[in-house]
Amino acid sequence: MLKLRDGIVELYRKVATSLPPDVEAALKAAYVAEKKGSNAKQALEVILENIRLARETARPICQDTGVPLFFIKTPAGLSQLELENTIMDATRIATEKIPLRPNAVDILTDKNSGDNTGIGFPVIYFKETLSNTLTIDLMLKGSGCENMGQTYKLPMEELKADRDLDGVRKCVLDTVYKAQGKGCPPYTLGIGIGASKDQVTRLAKEQLMRRLTDVNEAGVLLKLEKRLLKEINELGIGPLGLGGKTTALGVKIGVNHRHPASYFVDVSLSCWADRRGRLIW
Amino acid sequence: MVKEKLSAISYQPSGKKTKIINLPLTKKDVLKLKVGDVVAINGLIVTGRDRVHKFLFNEKPLRKNIPFALDGAVMYHCGPIVKKADGEYKVMAAGPTTSMRVEMYEPKVISGYGLRGIMGKGGMGERTLKAMKANGCVYFHAIGGAAAYLAERITKVAGVWKLEEFGMTEAMWLLEVKNFPAIVTMDAHGKSLHKEIEKVSLFNLKKLI
Repeated sequence: MLKLRDGIVELYRKVATSLPPDVEAALKAAYVAEKKGSNAKQALEVILENIRLARETARPICQDTGVPLFFIKTPAGLSQLELENTIMDATRIATEKIPLRPNAVDILTDKNSGDNTGIGFPVIYFKETLSNTLTIDLMLKGSGCENMGQTYKLPMEELKADRDLDGVRKCVLDTVYKAQGKGCPPYTLGIGIGASKDQVTRLAKEQLMRRLTDVNEAGVLLKLEKRLLKEINELGIGPLGLGGKTTALGVKIGVNHRHPASYFVDVSLSCWADRRGRLIW
Repeated sequence: MVKEKLSAISYQPSGKKTKIINLPLTKKDVLKLKVGDVVAINGLIVTGRDRVHKFLFNEKPLRKNIPFALDGAVMYHCGPIVKKADGEYKVMAAGPTTSMRVEMYEPKVISGYGLRGIMGKGGMGERTLKAMKANGCVYFHAIGGAAAYLAERITKVAGVWKLEEFGMTEAMWLLEVKNFPAIVTMDAHGKSLHKEIEKVSLFNLKKLI
């Protein structure tokens, strides 16, 4: 597990200091699309320069290195407890070495643990698979954007949102409108729909692990993702909320079955610094 | 002191004239600044986020008991990553945090401590905008997430207060900055770019739902 521990430290480094190619490409395209001399173009210019600088100097892209969020697929027979301990060790080392900002604060004492570990910190989800390989997906999600996410219970009169995909569409637009520039747009959106609050929130986060370029297998969701991306970009909020054409880079939707009485929608926003990465072991 | 000058720094977003700001600011300086102005800030700034605001608002420490001069200062909503090496602090990453979280404290902090600038991201609300107009203060919007880029513009850590008590993220850091880029998005004349964008986006939202 020592080698794996070092592998996870390196995964932390990669995710904290560089962006996935699909996200960087989308930001470059946004820069080209924005009007010359606009606040939006200037903001994106600084963002792209920041990405380059962070990668070259191996420094965190953003000072808020977030809440580490792990989605792990394990082969049968691998101890999850041991894996969790390895992640805790790797987190302490990564916090010191990269460095990451210590973000784990005790609710009762208000003290920061200093090493990014604590109760339920990092967040780790396991799933056993038939495959022989261990797949570790890590997202460093800043809390500026985390604070801007919303959960809805449909129907919702205020938005005239029924229990259908058009109701979902209205919820998503409402979330982005309420977020304005506070969560560092252009955003990537993960949306989860299903039966219970805890499940849709996790499902929304799982959507954020998808590449911007991937294609939703459910045609009706693919259509809604495309429509939402177009409509969000018509709101005019723009990069960092300074106005402009690019308010979102991508929209990803996932569904679970629901209960006849429930229709929960969770909308999770990622800031432009959509920091995710994968380690296959 | 505000001088109108073309950008003369190594890397500055192109396209607009940049106003050079040398701290501390006077009320007269602040009144010259307008929403939309692109600025480059030089001098000493202090950081202050959730804990600092809660502390200043509730405990009301006397100005003489705060080790840094807040009169005419810019308070930066930021929780930096700072590394100590060879007895010296070095800022590794220092982008802005969401300003709106301290909206309920900010008017009193501005009026009580003589701040002339608030810097952060995402803008602030009506109460802060009013306090800015009443006291002569502006909001500088820094580029959210550009932490490595902005840390490069911090030339020195000149001091820190409440480090033990509040921790690295929440402490009040005194930072020397050079050519620190920002955009004025709320001015001392009651104008707010954030209010405008919110209005426009609400109009667009209504068409879509």
